[in-house]
Amino acid sequence: MLQTDYHDNVLTAYIDGEIDHDAAARLRTSIDGAAQSLKPRLLCLDFGSVRFMDSSGVGLVMGRYRQMKLIGGRLRVVNIPDHIYRIFAMSGLEGLGVLR
Amino acid sequence: MKTKNEMKLSFPSKSCNESFARAAVAAFVMNLDPTVEELSDLKTAVSEAVTNCIVHGYRRGAGTVFITAKIFEDNRVVVKIRDRGCGIEDVKQAMQPLFTTAPDEERAGLGFAVMQSFCDAVRVSSKPQKGTTVTLEKYIAV
Repeated sequence: MLQTDYHDNVLTAYIDGEIDHDAAARLRTSIDGAAQSLKPRLLCLDFGSVRFMDSSGVGLVMGRYRQMKLIGGRLRVVNIPDHIYRIFAMSGLEGLGVLR
Repeated sequence: MKTKNEMKLSFPSKSCNESFARAAVAAFVMNLDPTVEELSDLKTAVSEAVTNCIVHGYRRGAGTVFITAKIFEDNRVVVKIRDRGCGIEDVKQAMQPLFTTAPDEERAGLGFAVMQSFCDAVRVSSKPQKGTTVTLEKYIAV
């Protein structure tokens, strides 16, 4: 469900499968655990293998944005499938400049 | 309008049932041969409504979520998602995008906005201390 990769101060989390309220709680714990111990300069969330997402995914990204700000790092979300981008477009997250 | 098919479902308000609920509704409408997008839209809307029952209606406590789904002759799918939870004091306010009563739990406040965007019609009826019913309507193109 989650694989991570860390090099050159960049923590990449490859999210797999479905992001709903249930899955978001587990993803949040895993991603924050890794980010807290590694304190990366950049946290990159790779959505390339996400098949389903409801608005819980927006909460997950907003929360990680705040977490990274707290530890002085940045957030980027990459490889967002089109049908999932629709939900991000409704959220105002585009204004934060984290979506790629 | 005559009903072509219908189903009823009830399950405990556990977050692990969110994926079950949307998959069950998706399986029910499968013989209408929906497009991938239509199916994804309906699953997303059902997921939002069921999550609302669990997180807000029952406030993460024990309860039962009820779903009924009907397919009408004009290929209209009507899904009702109901809880007997705390109800919503002000439905109009609750439906405003970005309004949330649970910011600490990273709820984005987009549930109703997503339902409205992904369905053809959304109705909400709620009584404080009695519960909430969300009705989602979506046409599946023939």
